[in-house]
Amino acid sequence: MHLYNLTLQHQTAINQAVHGAFSGTAKVQEIAIGRGNVIQLLYCDPKTGKIQTLCNHEVFGIVRSLMAFRLTGGTKDFLVVGSDSGRIVILEYHPEKAAFERVHQETFGKTGCRRIVPGHYLATDPKGRAILIGAVERQKLVYVMNRDAQANLTISSPLEAHKQFTLCYGVVGIDVGFENPTFACLEYDYEDCDNDPTGEIVAKTQQTLTFYELDLGLNHVVRKYAEALQDPGNMLIPVPGGQDGPSGVIVCCENYIVYKNLGDQPDIRVPIPRRRNDLDDADRSLIVITYAMHKTKLMFFFLIQTEHGDIFKVTLETEEDLVVEMKVKYFDTVPPANAMCILRTGFLFVASEFGNHHLYQIAQLGDNDDEPDFSSKMQLEEGETFFYGVRPLRNLVLVDTMNSLSPLINAHIGDLAREDAPQIYALNGRGGRSTLKVLRNGLEVGEMAVSELPGNPNAVWTVRRSVDDKYDANIVVSFVNATLVLSIGETVEEATDSGFLATAPTLGCAMIGDDSLLQVYPDGIRHIRADRRVNEWKAPGRRQIVRCALNNRQVAIALAGGEIVYFELDVTGQLNEFTERRALPGEVLCMSLSEIPEGELRSRFLAVGVSDGTVRMISLDPSDTLAPLSFQALPSAPESLLLLEVRPDDNKGPASIHLSIGLQNGCLLRTTVDGVTGDMLDTRTRYLGTRPVKLFRVKIHNKDAIMCASSRSWLLYHFQNRFHLTPLSYTSLEYAAGFVSEQCPEGIVAIADNTLRILAVEKLGVAFNFVQHDLKYTPRKMLVHPSAGVLMLIESDHAAYTDASKTRKRNEMADDIEKLAVEPEEVELAKELADVMRNTQLEENVFSSPRAAPANRQLAYHNLLHCSIALVQFSQIPDMYMALVGCGIGQHLRHPATNRGGCIYTFLLATNGEKFDLVHRTATEDVVTAIHDFRGSALVGMGKRLRVYQFGKKKLLAKCENKVGLKLFDLFCEVREGGGGVRGYASILRSLCVKLRGYVLRIVYQFGKKKLLTKC
Amino acid sequence: MAAQVTERFHVLAQLEHLQSKYTGTGHADCNRWEWITNQHRDTHASNMSHPGMLSHIAVVENESRARTRFNLLNRMVQPCGPPLEKSPLEE
Repeated sequence: MHLYNLTLQHQTAINQAVHGAFSGTAKVQEIAIGRGNVIQLLYCDPKTGKIQTLCNHEVFGIVRSLMAFRLTGGTKDFLVVGSDSGRIVILEYHPEKAAFERVHQETFGKTGCRRIVPGHYLATDPKGRAILIGAVERQKLVYVMNRDAQANLTISSPLEAHKQFTLCYGVVGIDVGFENPTFACLEYDYEDCDNDPTGEIVAKTQQTLTFYELDLGLNHVVRKYAEALQDPGNMLIPVPGGQDGPSGVIVCCENYIVYKNLGDQPDIRVPIPRRRNDLDDADRSLIVITYAMHKTKLMFFFLIQTEHGDIFKVTLETEEDLVVEMKVKYFDTVPPANAMCILRTGFLFVASEFGNHHLYQIAQLGDNDDEPDFSSKMQLEEGETFFYGVRPLRNLVLVDTMNSLSPLINAHIGDLAREDAPQIYALNGRGGRSTLKVLRNGLEVGEMAVSELPGNPNAVWTVRRSVDDKYDANIVVSFVNATLVLSIGETVEEATDSGFLATAPTLGCAMIGDDSLLQVYPDGIRHIRADRRVNEWKAPGRRQIVRCALNNRQVAIALAGGEIVYFELDVTGQLNEFTERRALPGEVLCMSLSEIPEGELRSRFLAVGVSDGTVRMISLDPSDTLAPLSFQALPSAPESLLLLEVRPDDNKGPASIHLSIGLQNGCLLRTTVDGVTGDMLDTRTRYLGTRPVKLFRVKIHNKDAIMCASSRSWLLYHFQNRFHLTPLSYTSLEYAAGFVSEQCPEGIVAIADNTLRILAVEKLGVAFNFVQHDLKYTPRKMLVHPSAGVLMLIESDHAAYTDASKTRKRNEMADDIEKLAVEPEEVELAKELADVMRNTQLEENVFSSPRAAPANRQLAYHNLLHCSIALVQFSQIPDMYMALVGCGIGQHLRHPATNRGGCIYTFLLATNGEKFDLVHRTATEDVVTAIHDFRGSALVGMGKRLRVYQFGKKKLLAKCENKVGLKLFDLFCEVREGGGGVRGYASILRSLCVKLRGYVLRIVYQFGKKKLLTKC
Repeated sequence: MAAQVTERFHVLAQLEHLQSKYTGTGHADCNRWEWITNQHRDTHASNMSHPGMLSHIAVVENESRARTRFNLLNRMVQPCGPPLEKSPLEE
């Protein structure tokens, strides 16, 4: 059974990224990204340099390829999706709905990511006349795209361009202007190899670069031309043609990039430069992993990225339509990417293959600097290459980062930090860019300012001066017996001429009418006109005002004892009291008026929370002013109310009215109010925290949002067509108000204890906020100390250097340089070079970790792979915890997969978990893939064996063993204790390399015989 | 009798059609090498096409994803070595 599901946190890896004008707005480019099962549309705001997510679309499948596609003469890009659905899907983005809509969906094959079902590769004709969708092997389908009479996009039935026994490494559409659409494919034909028992043909067969031409007149696809390649290639890059460039294709091969085109064009070949003094294996080939192209009317260039993340700028020089030279120049180093996009606004978006994604501003194009140009005209021997030195970013400036949890290797959920709510401790990343991320459910809050106040305030508001003002003018802070007014400018200072009564606390204040202010304090109402004239309304003797509700034209106050007085602003700007008052059956605890809807004179309803545990809706309509309309009983006394009118997204149709009720028991109720009868319907409850819930109106993305303050603060907001109620990752707040200023267009001013804080919430729509700690190697596993809040984790990488081996290798290389020098001057120079070599240490989280050559690995540079870790309490020393770390030695992952045994390190853990000491090392016959505490001994899974160890003085002592009989060397096994009584069972889960199919094996331990028996 | 013959030919034709349409469809004379080679090619193609699997293998091998994909494609050429020597009887 498969159920469609929505996850709290969608996938954070970006596998595909393409840019285009998807919204169809002139000069605006968006980036469409594929995150496995989600398609998102991103916009990089040129003003703020921040990435915004415009649309988030679940596809309930796997997105394998994305491509932007534009019809000839069109201004809007469509998004072509290759997926595991056996279909080609063309989507159009509608900015007004903020959603993708399907234009075409053509089925061509079975579902699933299969070898011969197309979906893996997509290529489009640059003139927008055809799309090719290809499979890993054999199948390629070409769809002819056109317009019908209504200018709608049409799609033809597919044309086949299949070739049996042929693997496809890459496909691109060649820019041939308006000649027949042509696609270039990087292919490998294995038919002859399959019929040759000697294995000689395999060594001889070369990849071919094949051109397929779609004959638009005959409506079929022909294999136009194929050419064998000298070096095996992994990627193709299309070169602009027609007016913009020479057309053709750049083939990225191992160690070389080659420009090729049809016709008279000779091949232009440049070796991919290598890092100078690199610790990396010198015999390994270099490949290009991704590219980005930028094209303007005057020029074009490519950025290509190699495996360590180094970006090169590639330019082509032409003479009479023939390319004569290709230049390669080191540009900058960024994390290795799955995809890169250059936007017209000068941004470079880098979708990292592992770890966070980055947005860079291209500050300069690297045209006028001292970095050497490597040209195809420079004569080099075969196999030789150019060298360059890496350096920190020079041409790029990092402007924004998107969090990514990919690859998530291990995670632990628990409240280790003792924060009431659990955190997720996630191990992720690879190599030098690995991190431990602590995830907390909540929105990240940016703290703009924190200032101390002379006492503990009770409430805070912001007011504008007049309706035309864009920004708030004052912050009003109320204390137990005073009111403080602050003016907002470059800095926030105390204002003395505000007209507010400073010697009394304030119950509520707002701008009223066009430009006057209103202050409600316990003894009356103060109406401050723009010219500082003050009209006062005094509360009747001995009856104080306890609550108030205000909007731009209406004022409702509640007197002690439960009486409501209502005022309305007339056309002259005078506040008039309504002749009648409304008595209620209890004290008024809270009240709320919604903002006046556009084009109307008043808000129709007043919501009042009464101490008898009800909330009442009172009419403010002139025909039945203050008449009770409806009431609803509440499970607990109300603490705070907020009436909000929510207009539909398209601004059509009537607004719906929502009432949010914060209860004293910490719950939030949300109900819909009938716009005519005032009935309260459809109540939803949510528990927010231990303290009474207070509600405040704030603005988020230009829409009303509610900030809820309880023991935690929450934000209820509308984002991407959904309501989100998310906690804020911040200290608990007592009171809050919206805050709009020049520096902070959508902020929140809040009070917590005796401080006034100005906050901003930026990353909307996310469920978690991240705190990141850097690690040195890929983390493998972790464990949590049962009593102390301590995490232990093991990190290791296949074929990586350790610090010691890195230094040794560096010194060896430096010594080599020195040895080579013979002449005295050379010796001097070599010495200098060698010293530089010995002292340069590249930061591995920026420049990636080097990979040790197999020969170096044999010398046991770093040949230990940490595989498993467990806390074990041995029965011999019951009061101590031992941390057992299982390792593999000298692992070869394939051809064939072998190892030179393994070992278990035993560490003694201090009681508070603060330190651990090595006790001993136990050699094993095989890689130790799993360890588990098992009744006072350690249950260890290694290779095909499962073994029980007990503690010994010199090493662990094997007690009994079971040969599982399955090839476990490529299995990730996890041993779990379960069951009761005398029996325990261990399960071995999940195979690693073959497929994620679960083998579960039941093993029974017979205590009397000390035997492990396999049970099916 | 005649009907049986045509049916048999029909089935054969269908099989041949399947074999030409779907790479990897087995046949009566399929040997161990052919079968396992197909299995491996299917597996490599699947691993390469599932983004999560590709990342997984890349982390295990400490390689970039692009390199892992390239390696998997290269291994699809002859995942299980050259084919078996054909015995003269088969010809």
